[in-house]
Amino acid sequence: MTLPAFAYLLERLAFTPGRLAKLALLRQWFATQPDPDRGIGLAALTGELVFRAAKPGLVRELVAARTDPVLFDLSYDYVGDLAETVALIWPPRAGVNAPPPGLAEVVEAIEITPKAALPELLAGWLDALDANGRLALIKLVTGGLRVGVSARLAKTALAEWAGQDVAEVEEVWHGLTPPYLDLFAWLTGQGPRPSSEDRPVFRPLMLAHPLEEPDFPSIGPETHRAEWKWDGIRVQLSATPGGRALWSRGAEDISGGFPEILAAMDFRAVLDGELLVMRDGEVAPFADLQQRLNRKVVSQKMQATHPVGVRLYDILFDGDEDLRALPFDARRARLEGWFARTRPGRMDLSELIPFASMAELEAIRAGAREAAIEGLMLKRADSEYAAGRQKGKWWKWKRAPLGVDAVLMYAQRGHGKRSSFYSDFTFGLWRPDGQGGQELVPVGKAYSGYTDQELLWIDRWIRNNTTARFGPVREVEKSLVIEVIFDAAQRSGRHKSGVALRFPRIARLRTDKPAEEADRLATLEAMIVGEEAAAD
Amino acid sequence: MPHPESWMRVTPQGLYCVPGDFFIDPGRAVPRAIITHGHADHARPDHDHVLASAETLGIMQARMGEGRAGRQRQVAVPGEVVRHRDVEIRLVPAGHVLGSCQVVLDWQGSRIVISGDYKRRRDPTCAPFEPVTCDVFVTEATFGLPVFRHPDAAAEVARLLESLRLFPDRAHLVGVYALGKAQRLIALLREAGWDRTIYLHGALLKLCELYEAFGVKLGPLAPVPAPAKRGAGGLLAGEVVLAPPSAEATAWIRRLAEPLVCAASGWMRVRQRAKARGVELPLIISDHADWDELLATIDEVQAPEIWVTHGRDDALVHAMALRGLRGRALHLLGRGEEDEDPVPPETAPAETATEQIA
Repeated sequence: MTLPAFAYLLERLAFTPGRLAKLALLRQWFATQPDPDRGIGLAALTGELVFRAAKPGLVRELVAARTDPVLFDLSYDYVGDLAETVALIWPPRAGVNAPPPGLAEVVEAIEITPKAALPELLAGWLDALDANGRLALIKLVTGGLRVGVSARLAKTALAEWAGQDVAEVEEVWHGLTPPYLDLFAWLTGQGPRPSSEDRPVFRPLMLAHPLEEPDFPSIGPETHRAEWKWDGIRVQLSATPGGRALWSRGAEDISGGFPEILAAMDFRAVLDGELLVMRDGEVAPFADLQQRLNRKVVSQKMQATHPVGVRLYDILFDGDEDLRALPFDARRARLEGWFARTRPGRMDLSELIPFASMAELEAIRAGAREAAIEGLMLKRADSEYAAGRQKGKWWKWKRAPLGVDAVLMYAQRGHGKRSSFYSDFTFGLWRPDGQGGQELVPVGKAYSGYTDQELLWIDRWIRNNTTARFGPVREVEKSLVIEVIFDAAQRSGRHKSGVALRFPRIARLRTDKPAEEADRLATLEAMIVGEEAAAD
Repeated sequence: MPHPESWMRVTPQGLYCVPGDFFIDPGRAVPRAIITHGHADHARPDHDHVLASAETLGIMQARMGEGRAGRQRQVAVPGEVVRHRDVEIRLVPAGHVLGSCQVVLDWQGSRIVISGDYKRRRDPTCAPFEPVTCDVFVTEATFGLPVFRHPDAAAEVARLLESLRLFPDRAHLVGVYALGKAQRLIALLREAGWDRTIYLHGALLKLCELYEAFGVKLGPLAPVPAPAKRGAGGLLAGEVVLAPPSAEATAWIRRLAEPLVCAASGWMRVRQRAKARGVELPLIISDHADWDELLATIDEVQAPEIWVTHGRDDALVHAMALRGLRGRALHLLGRGEEDEDPVPPETAPAETATEQIA
């Protein structure tokens, strides 16, 4: 089976939002593709298959030799994604009648081809493929394949296709390698069940509901425990006699990206916690952690500059003992006892925040301005560790954002999904211009928070109200007011306004509000952390 | 021989032929107009005198009403010369939609061809484009970027049919323009063997009937039925339903069984455009020339000078310069900006909403 078939699956998956439809597409793939292609496809989808053979730069060089630079730049600017631009603009070569390559063929050839011969190999394949096939190939060989299929979803589809329980598939999964011939043999009744030998297995996580005003009366110090909600990623640490694994919230095995955590898991337990970049016990902003995500391997330097740790908040298994049926308080006691005994490196405990009333909790939440704190977690003291999102047991209560009404000043076309929309907005606030009047000064940029409908509306508004163009940037009539929310305001010497916003995003379009009534810079300055008292 | 710029001007209303004192596809009402085809950004109401193909005049009357499709209407038979003042006017098929024509103008030995919108692919619902050599070729450039190379339309239709097999419980709602794309897609589905009734949103009915009246066979068609009771859904599982591109955003769609939203458009070539529209199955089927076809057409007409009315004129003008041709961007108003979907007014949400009530 050929790469175009895989390209077709990728495209359908990329455009299919529904889980059920995705499962149907995957089942069809497993049912219709031969070995080893279906297993290689599975590995590619679940991120098990990673090439670093071809850098995006190589692809760029190949296309540069075949296209006019101006036409390429205009195209790239329009499409917004390098791989897609190359896939679309790649000129057909007359006289090519080689068949498109097979998936297994590509994977094998990439591994054995010497680096110097790679450009020619790749160009030959690109010549033999159509645009969809070229896109799949480029994404595959540059390691940029992102399809929105979690390992869990792929395993569910496998289980459904084979009439197996997904827990069974999950159990045998660890320790198998692409193209999973023994797995498919078992699922099609042509081989024995692959042995799992006490391998670590992902256990479904307990999830939290957002806390809303009507839920407040049900919260109290007798029944609930409070913790900070840290801005990292949720992980499950699983150490069994058969191995160690670090799982993401979506059941992806992310062990490879965090070897120092794996090394520190010198115990037998299954734990729940938050993965954070921590320097001297201080949690770094999420942006630092982002540098470590989506990597299959990580350099020594990165481990040194972006050291990670896990803040533990629950224990699911202590050795072989399943603790999930115990109430939270009992599990917490077990966690603390286990921690004191084990003293694992690179880990600490998420502290419990004492509180006497909901009012006090509100004050604690409002007072939190540390960047790495997203808000509070509220957990019922008597609740078992329940899989999934069960209402009333765990709550997440994000801290309230700050906000100003600002005036849209400039807009820029976005990237990727938004490459043809004006989706990045620079907004400003009024300040005295020194001559008795008021002037707008830019205070930040936002490129999220709006709905698709709002984006379409703003995009159109910008096109109809452009006053000047600077490359990809448009200056617009200073007449559209947008409500911008952000997590914090800080002093900044690098910004003309002297203020920098953390994670600004658009809350609402205020088409009802005249620009003159937008906020003053002084209003924003009064929100700066540690300077609240100075505000008038 | 007079230079074409001396007798063809760009005015706020659009292209104006000075010696003939008429406009081509003017953006607002004028005393005398030649209309290339019936799409709303080319055919505007209330001109005093309109010269166009019989099909285009028919389409204009169907869309605008008898009274607004030109007070005087003159049918031009494609291929035949009409003289007006000193200008020889000839309409030549453009292959875009039913009745679409290029306008060939000769004056004092100088020839300008105004393409209107055109395509080079086979279209069972209209006459194919005929290249005419000229001194200035006035072209569109809707898909004037080398990333736009339309795949074979039959293969795209095959993708739709495969999806119908994989998801037989879902109505396949395809967003199409009411004029041209709808009928072409129906004809392509028939060629691919889909002989079941194809269901139409009310906004598409009239023009499909008109196509039939002009002899274009479309097979069994039916309006999408109203739900048994208000708000009920579940209709037309496994069927093909055609609607204007904006219909999927309205409450109208709720009557359909788990609708799988498809769209048939050249814009679907770029993934993020398809994604931004929330399309689940993009079908790259276009009624405009793609990049290669724009260049091939420009070669065929052998004009030393190319004027670009709208679309991605920057890339096309640059490509002309690489070939030693003079390219000129006209920036005609009202033809949709660089990268906006040219959505004809009848597909605007407001009118779709009216349609639900009707």
